[in-house]
Amino acid sequence: MSERMLLLGNEAMAHGLVEAGCNVVASYPGTPASEILSSVAQWRARYDLPMHVEWAVNEKVALEIAYAASQAGLRAATAMKQVGLNVASDPFMSAAYLGVKGGFLVISADDPGPHSSQTEQDSRLMAMGAKVPVLDPDSPEQARELVKVGFELSEAFEIPVMLRPTTRVCHANQDILPGPVAPSDRKALFEKNPARWAATPKFRHRLHLELEEKLAKIAAWEPTAPRLLNPAAPARRAIVASGVAAAHAREVLNDLGLRETLPLWQVVQPYPLHGDFVTTVLEQYDEILVLEETTGVMELQLADRYRVKGKRSGFVPEVGELSPELIEGLIASFAGIETPEAPAPAAEGGRRPTLCPGCPHRASFYAIKRAAPKGIFPSDIGCYTLGINLGGVDTVLCMGAAVSQACGFYHAHKIGGEVPDIVATIGDSTFFHAGIPPLIDAVVQDARFVLVILDNATTAMTGNQPTPALGWGAGGVPTATVNMEGLVRACGVKFCKVGRPGNLPAFTDLMKEAVAFARTDGLAVVIARQPCVVDRTFKGDRPPRRKVAISDACNGCRYCTTQFECPALVYDEEEKRVAIDTLICTDCGVCIDVCPRLAIEEVGQ
Amino acid sequence: MTGQQLIISGVGGQGILFLTRILAETAISLGMPVMTSETHGMAQRGGVVISHLKAGEFSSPLVRPGRADGLIAMKAENVAIHRHFLRPGGWVVVNAKAAPAGLDGHPVHVIDADTLALELGNPQSLNLILIGYAVARFAASGDFFSPDQVIGTIERRLVEKGKLRDASLAALRLGMENAAG
Ligand code: SF4
Ligand code: SF4
Repeated sequence: MSERMLLLGNEAMAHGLVEAGCNVVASYPGTPASEILSSVAQWRARYDLPMHVEWAVNEKVALEIAYAASQAGLRAATAMKQVGLNVASDPFMSAAYLGVKGGFLVISADDPGPHSSQTEQDSRLMAMGAKVPVLDPDSPEQARELVKVGFELSEAFEIPVMLRPTTRVCHANQDILPGPVAPSDRKALFEKNPARWAATPKFRHRLHLELEEKLAKIAAWEPTAPRLLNPAAPARRAIVASGVAAAHAREVLNDLGLRETLPLWQVVQPYPLHGDFVTTVLEQYDEILVLEETTGVMELQLADRYRVKGKRSGFVPEVGELSPELIEGLIASFAGIETPEAPAPAAEGGRRPTLCPGCPHRASFYAIKRAAPKGIFPSDIGCYTLGINLGGVDTVLCMGAAVSQACGFYHAHKIGGEVPDIVATIGDSTFFHAGIPPLIDAVVQDARFVLVILDNATTAMTGNQPTPALGWGAGGVPTATVNMEGLVRACGVKFCKVGRPGNLPAFTDLMKEAVAFARTDGLAVVIARQPCVVDRTFKGDRPPRRKVAISDACNGCRYCTTQFECPALVYDEEEKRVAIDTLICTDCGVCIDVCPRLAIEEVGQ
Repeated sequence: MTGQQLIISGVGGQGILFLTRILAETAISLGMPVMTSETHGMAQRGGVVISHLKAGEFSSPLVRPGRADGLIAMKAENVAIHRHFLRPGGWVVVNAKAAPAGLDGHPVHVIDADTLALELGNPQSLNLILIGYAVARFAASGDFFSPDQVIGTIERRLVEKGKLRDASLAALRLGMENAAG
C-alpha cells in the first residue's frame, strides 16, 4: 500500500497492529474503541495474515486471551474502552507483575466529554496504578506509530504497555500513508516457568521489585522521551502537553503567533514520565502549563504546585473535554495576551437522541410499562438505555448491573414485606458479557422479578458487532453458537419464553404473564427477539412491513408522540394533529396498536 | 483552493459521515492533508450529529468557534445550533424550505433537498443532493471543491458498485442542476 488514505484513528491503530506483526487481537466492542478490532479483521483478510482475531464475551476474557498469547511469545493486543478496562482490571494489574514474553499492548480508549460513556475516567491513572507504561497519541497517525513503539517497549522490558487514545483520536480521520505489513513468522512456544507465570505471593514480592526496576529504566528510554516541538529561544514559561491536547496546542500557538516564543513539549509517554525531563523543565522554567486529558497524570509527576499550572492547581478544568477553544483561552492567559472572545454556541438546542424509528426496543418498553405500570425498571448499557425517554428505564450503572440491581431492589423491598413489580432490561450482548453471573445469583437467592433480554441479534450501540448466539465472529468468519434460552434454563430459571415485541398485543400479554409469574412463583425471563432495524449484517427474516397512515380520527391528543415517542410520528402544529414522516418511517406498524382512537391505520403498500 | 475548515451538521441517519468522507477524499486527491472528526455513539440515534472537516495545514481535528469557512446543515434547525462555528462572512448551505432567520453577514444558500430526495425516490440521497448543490454553487469562486473533483471521488469510491454509483451520481447531478436555477 503506497497511497495516502483516509483512515479513522481506530483503523490506523489496526493497521499499526498488522504492520507490527501482531498475531492475536481480542476485544469487546465499546465506543470509542470498537472499530479497532473490526478493522484488524479487515486487514487480516486483505493481507491474508496468520492471526487470531476475536470478539470476546467481555473485556476481562479478551485481555486474558491476548495476554496468554504474549506469554507464549507472540505479539498480542486487546482493545477496549475505558470502562471496559474496569472489567479487565483484575488480569491487567497482575499481568504487570508477571510481565510478558511477546509484545503485549492494551489499547484503552478514553472518552473525555464524555460523549458516549458512563464516566470520564483516565485510563492513564489505571496504568499508573498497575505500574504499566502508557503512550498517549495526539492523532490517528501518531496512534499508528505508537502501536509499533509500544510493542518495542513491551519487548525491550518484558512489560505490558498501554496505548491510550481518546475519542478525538479514535474517531478522527486523517490522511495516512500506511507502512508495509510484516507478517510475523513467530510460532507460539510456551515455556513453563511456574515461579513466574503462577507466582505465589512470595514470588510476587520479587516480581514487584523487578517491576520497579523496569519502570526506572523505562523513564529513561530514548524512543518515548518528550519532544520539544518548537526549539525556540529560551523562555521563562513552557507548555507540557499530551494526547490531542498537544495537537490543539500546536495549532493554537501558530494562530496566536506564539510559536517562536513559547516552548511546547509534547509528552508521548505520560507514565512513567522521563526523569531527565522532569528535572529539565523544573530547572529551566519558572512556570509550566500542563495540558492533558482527563486527569492530571503528568501534573502529579511534575510535583511543584507553585510553578505548575494544571488541573490540580485549578488553572485547567478537571471536568470535560479540553476543547481547542478552551486551550486557546488557557494558553492566551498563560502567555498574558488578549484574544477576541469566541462566539458562543446557542443555548441547548436540537433533538435528544432517541431509539431509531422501528426499533424493537420501543415496543418492548411500551409493553413493559403496560404490564407493570408501577414497576421499578433497572436497565443496562446499550441503545436501550434510551428507554429512559419512554419511562422504561430507572437505573443504569454498568454492564450487567440490570440483573444484580433487580436482585438488590427485590431483597431490599422484601425486608419490608411489600415488593413492587420489578422488570429489568438487558441487551443480548450485555447479557452474555456480564448478565449470566447475576442471573445465577438471582436464581439461587430466589429473587423474584422479570428479566427482559432485549435480543436484537447484535451489539447495536457500538456498530452491530456479533454476539455469541449468531454463529459468526470478527470479519464474518463462522463460529459455533450459544443458545440463549438453553443458557437461561441451565441457570435454573423456570419461566423462560420468547416473544416478538413488534407484535405488540401478543407481546404485552406475554409481559403480563411474566409479571404475574414473578409475583407468585419466582424469576421470569422474557426474551424479546426482533432484529435491530439498522443492522445490515442480519441474515434472518425481518418482520412483515405494515405501512400506516393517520386518519381523520386523530384529534391531536399527542398520546402517541409522548408515550411511544417514535421519531417518525410528528405533531403538526398547524394541522393540530399527527403526521407520518415518510422519510424515516420503517413501516413497522407498531403504532397501529398504540393510538387509543385507532387513528393510525394500516394502508397496504 | 487553500485551507478550508467546514462544519457539516444534521441528525443521525442522514449520511453525514459519508458526505464528510467524500469531501475529505476529494481533498486528499488534491494533495491536501486532511483531518475530520465526527460524533459517534448515542448522538447517532436520531440526535444531532456534527462533523468537522479541516483540509490544509492543521494539527487539531476540531474546528474552533468563529473559524469555519462554511456550514453545511442537513436540517434547518441545526443552523441555529452550529452557526457559532462560522467565521465572519462564512457561508451556509442549508437543506430547508426557506432561509433561516438571523444570519446577517453570512451568504446563505437554501435547497429543499428533502423534497428532491423524495421525488428521486431515494430518501438516502439527501447528502449527495446537498453536496452537489454546494459544489455547483461555489464552482466559480474557487474557494471550495469543484463539481468535477467531487464527481471523481464518487466514481473512484463506488467504482465497483454499479447501481449505487449511478444512483449516487444522479443525486449529485440533481443537486447541481438545482444550483443553476
Ligand atoms: S441501532 Fe438498532 S437497537 Fe439501536 S436504537 Fe436503532 S434500531 Fe434500536
Ligand atoms: S394518532 Fe392517535 S394518539 Fe396520536 S395524536 Fe392522533 S389521536 Fe392521539
